[in-house]
Amino acid sequence: MSSSAAGRLGGTVVGWFSRREDAAIAAAEQASLRSDRFRLEREADWRRLEAMLVRIESGRIGAISDDDLVALPALYRMLVSSLSVARDTTLDAATLGYLEGLAQRAWFVVYGPELGFRGWLRRFFGGGWSASVRAIGPDILIALAMMITGAGVGWLLVAGNPDWFYALMPAQPGDVRVPGASRAALYASLFGKSHETGLAVFAAYLFSNNAQVSILCYAMGFAFGVPAILLLIHNTALLGALLWLYHGQGLTLELVGWLSVHGTTELFAIMLAGASGLHIGRSMAFPGGHAVLDAAAEAGRRTATVMTGVVLMLIVAGLLEGFARQLINATAPRLALGGFMLGWWLLYFFAYRGLAGRR
Amino acid sequence: MALWPRRGVARAPMSARDRRQRVILTAEGLRLPLTLASRGTRAAALMIDLTMIVTTIIVTTALIVLFARAIDADKVKNGTGANDLIEALAVFWIIAVFLARSTWFLWFELGSRGATPGKRLTGIRIAARPTRDGAATRLTAEAVIARNLLRDIELFMPLIFIGGAMNAGSDTTLAGWASLVWFGIFAGFPFFNRDGLRCGDVIAGTWVVEAPRRKLDTALSLGQGAQGISTLTGAHYRFSEAELAIYGEYELQVLERVLRDNRPDALTEVAQAICHKIGWSSGAGDERAFLDAYYTQLRARLESGMRFGKRKADKFAGNAGG
Repeated sequence: MSSSAAGRLGGTVVGWFSRREDAAIAAAEQASLRSDRFRLEREADWRRLEAMLVRIESGRIGAISDDDLVALPALYRMLVSSLSVARDTTLDAATLGYLEGLAQRAWFVVYGPELGFRGWLRRFFGGGWSASVRAIGPDILIALAMMITGAGVGWLLVAGNPDWFYALMPAQPGDVRVPGASRAALYASLFGKSHETGLAVFAAYLFSNNAQVSILCYAMGFAFGVPAILLLIHNTALLGALLWLYHGQGLTLELVGWLSVHGTTELFAIMLAGASGLHIGRSMAFPGGHAVLDAAAEAGRRTATVMTGVVLMLIVAGLLEGFARQLINATAPRLALGGFMLGWWLLYFFAYRGLAGRR
Repeated sequence: MALWPRRGVARAPMSARDRRQRVILTAEGLRLPLTLASRGTRAAALMIDLTMIVTTIIVTTALIVLFARAIDADKVKNGTGANDLIEALAVFWIIAVFLARSTWFLWFELGSRGATPGKRLTGIRIAARPTRDGAATRLTAEAVIARNLLRDIELFMPLIFIGGAMNAGSDTTLAGWASLVWFGIFAGFPFFNRDGLRCGDVIAGTWVVEAPRRKLDTALSLGQGAQGISTLTGAHYRFSEAELAIYGEYELQVLERVLRDNRPDALTEVAQAICHKIGWSSGAGDERAFLDAYYTQLRARLESGMRFGKRKADKFAGNAGG
């Protein structure tokens, strides 16, 4: 019984091949050139591959039968060998051009991105993100140092001469947060419910704005990281000035609480963005044993993962700032939430080793 | 085995197209020729994409405004359900604009075509740069993300510069100049390197190449014409070794192009040139059959020389046969 099944299968396969070969041979006999006969015998396979490529390129992988998908690598290899033979035997420019174009397209498909979007997402959350953050550790430390310096500079400048406050923080009409403001006014600015309506809009706006700033911070790394440093320092100098202002009225802890709700996430994200920029700048300035271009490309790919994460963190920060900060109206829970977020990010980035170890 | 000859090098100063030719080496040991996209093509692709992005934003905005009008936004009181809806619309708008600006390029270039709609229309795509020894590398999601994050300082920053200055009512000309210089540095970047890389390409390790989608032309040596028999007059064209030895591969490919284009005046012109060269008296009216026969026999001769490792690049090269 099994032998008859095998026989039937064998018959099908032979019939399948012979039918195709018959047609090819009939066509090839028409040709008077050996190289054209070579081409006509293989043309059907080339066209089959081309039809598959068209479907894959238009994103209709589902429309390809399993047989075809299994055959794809074999067809690709067959095409590669056809092309190398053709280069040595044929002078038909049209066929060569077609084969080279087809080989290029097939190469892009066969050696395309190694995993789909879902696979990439799983790898990203399952350790890829954490690993890329750990990989730029030294740069994160530098960025952190820059931010602390910036805050310190901001504080000292304003403490020395309050006029600096206006330079750092362009005055906006109706803003009570200016030197000489009363304790009550400052207190109200922290616990008021200014944005109770339209919280969602506010959150979305904040996110969009912050994401742009952090992408800028990263892109600035291309100019050897110097603008990224300046951006970090400038942003945190403002923070230092605010701290000084509230400190003068004994509201330091309240301000820290107000900031920490979203600040632990947002400042962390901006720090990572700055560190990514620095990482690129550093690897271009000191490429070590690599060519500058290779070093830049390697650093760019490594930090791209970090930056994807930064955008996600900023979405979280925008939600926290837009909703949580306005809805939680006391310092202790604000500090608790901010501390929790900070702890969560630290644990996720530096303690979580992800799925990579298990595989 | 000899390399695939680059005719342009021997014949004339390198043309702009030859200068954009690159070869990558695949894992199978295949040398795959690539043509880098010209800067003009890339600029055109960018313009198409930007137009599409702006159109998307405008259409989205218009739809949202229409929708808000329909539910009579002005008369809605705070705290009602309709107010929440307006708020949701505003959120949706902000997110949509952010997505259109930041993820348009990302989304399309991550697809299997590796190209945005603008790039598809202009026939180009992105690819990973090979390593220094020419070995081909894979395009990764990280590379696509990196190259598009850099777009912000290359494109959008100058706009923000000018817009910000105009909003504040401050010195617009100074900001304009600053952004022009800034933009100039990044827009000019592709002109300062051999591969036409923009900053994003440098960071991501990518480049932009042409993605030809060629149809397979018919084989030319089919039918009677190729066997030297004219279907029109019944004449039998057969060329001697000496008559075929005049031309090389370059002329063969010119002839191939003429035959495929099949324009009568070009056929006549080429047939007369060949007749003059080999000393035949050129008749009129049967050029196609004459050229079919000459092409097939010349190609047969050159290809059989090829199999023995003898090649003749063009009519100036030494005789491959002897």
